[in-house]
Amino acid sequence: MPNRRRALAVIAALALLAAASMLLSLAVGSLSLSLADVLAALAGGDGGQGAMGAEVVRHLRLPRTLGAFACGGLLALAGALMQVLLRNPLADPYILGISGGAAVGALTAMLAGLALAFVNLGAFAGSFLATLLVFGLAHGDSSWTRTRLLLTGVIVAAGCGAVVALILSVAPERQLHGMLYWLMGDAGQIVDARPALAVLALGLIATLPVARELNLLARGEALAASLGVVVPRLKRIAYVLASLFTAVAVTTAGSIGFIGLVVPHLVRLAVGNDQRLLLPAAALAGGSLLVLADTLARTVVAPTQLPVGVLTALLGVPVFLFLLGRQPGARS
Amino acid sequence: MTTALLEASGLDVAIGGRMLCRGLDWRVMPGESWAILGKNGAGKSTLLATVAGLLPPTAGSVAVGGRAVAATKARELALVRGYLPQQSHDPFASTVLETVLVGRHPHLGRWDWESAADRRIAENALADVGLAGFATRDVQTLSGGERQRLGIAALLAQEPRLYLLDEPLAHLDLNHQVAQMELLARRAAAGAGVVAVLHDPGFAARYCRQALLLYGDGDWCAGPVAQIVTAPNLSRLYGHPLRRLDGAPYPVFIPE
Repeated sequence: MPNRRRALAVIAALALLAAASMLLSLAVGSLSLSLADVLAALAGGDGGQGAMGAEVVRHLRLPRTLGAFACGGLLALAGALMQVLLRNPLADPYILGISGGAAVGALTAMLAGLALAFVNLGAFAGSFLATLLVFGLAHGDSSWTRTRLLLTGVIVAAGCGAVVALILSVAPERQLHGMLYWLMGDAGQIVDARPALAVLALGLIATLPVARELNLLARGEALAASLGVVVPRLKRIAYVLASLFTAVAVTTAGSIGFIGLVVPHLVRLAVGNDQRLLLPAAALAGGSLLVLADTLARTVVAPTQLPVGVLTALLGVPVFLFLLGRQPGARS
Repeated sequence: MTTALLEASGLDVAIGGRMLCRGLDWRVMPGESWAILGKNGAGKSTLLATVAGLLPPTAGSVAVGGRAVAATKARELALVRGYLPQQSHDPFASTVLETVLVGRHPHLGRWDWESAADRRIAENALADVGLAGFATRDVQTLSGGERQRLGIAALLAQEPRLYLLDEPLAHLDLNHQVAQMELLARRAAAGAGVVAVLHDPGFAARYCRQALLLYGDGDWCAGPVAQIVTAPNLSRLYGHPLRRLDGAPYPVFIPE
């Protein structure tokens, strides 16, 4: 039975988890800080470790932590929307080729030796163009069918993959490391978390009012339409939002895999498929998970900092296979 | 004079350039129960989706509850007419109770959650289709027939005045077919309008008062069951000679 009180309790618990994961991420690293130091630094003071600790927290770890949280939240939200739109619990935010387009844009900017701002711009432009291309090509006689969208997305992603391989093979050696880190997804490149955080907040504000309509859409378009949902409009809104969330996440931290696929799925297993609860819960859980994964990536083989995308993939692949094995719908 | 629950005027329904139904003038009044009969591909489902306001008509107009469908908001339409799709797919796990509560959607405001009253309506609907006690089951574990009855329960929970059902008896055992037709006949007797796409002319003759035949070439005929569901009409409808057997409490049609 859907229940507002239970939903609020779950969201409160996940918000606590998110806060705890971020505090942990701020405290852990080559310079280890106590919780009191972190809180003092956040409040503007110096804490026990002196000015350096406060600087590290405020200028290095805080943007990275908040950025990782926002990206994880955006990817999970985009994944949840894509799973509803494609009515496939195994869909992910990159399924329509967005990350491929972003990679082509970002790597082209890197190859041209442009500054980070232009790399981000290139990534965003690339994801935008890939989205337009997929929706433009898949637009059949009157509407997008899921099969056409999926096939077009797969093909566009394959094309982007070829261009990426081309860029990698002609790129000078000193640029390869940065390109590979970008491709794997790396929270270390986050300089400003605010745009991603703002889009995440806007995303929740935009999707929560239509959450119950998304529940109906997940059960079929004819059923949703017969119960009063304006299906074409809802689908358009949801596709635009999912693409925007994905593009912003990829622009901020590269194409981090598996968060958008595994998190909505795990949250659905735990709390059910009511989007009124699932969407905010997936955003909080996705954000927390990426913050924790990035903390691990920074510390597990310190002083080397792994790209967080490697860790999410290493964790995500077995989790996904486990879920696939127990997914009854996937057999038919 | 009472307003027709459904009124089609000069309605043309075509799909892929093939005219399925030409110039249909058809009214469903409160208390009437209609069967739509026709062979595969004759356009029964397309016509039902069109009068439900889910597909645009090729020509002509449809009014539901006295209001033109084209000018009525989807949600307001959903408060008057319910529609049972031919198939339900459940890509996501969900409980039976959640699935029935879907029918309450048009009655809830944007920020509302389902209330205790909605829950009672949903539980009554489950009991009506013989699924009491299934509330916490996962829909993905239901049999085809149980899933079909669950769809009907969601439609009952919607509490429409006009029921449009696309093959409500699909996947059902004989006892459940009888139970669902009796349930729909009771709704009609209580003042609702019922329109069901059926495959068995015997069921149509037994449980429906009116019938609409779609011949598949654009021709149609509509009226009281006794005048419409006849051996000559059915023989033309199905492209196979049928014979009517009398003597049973209701007519039976058998293929020659």
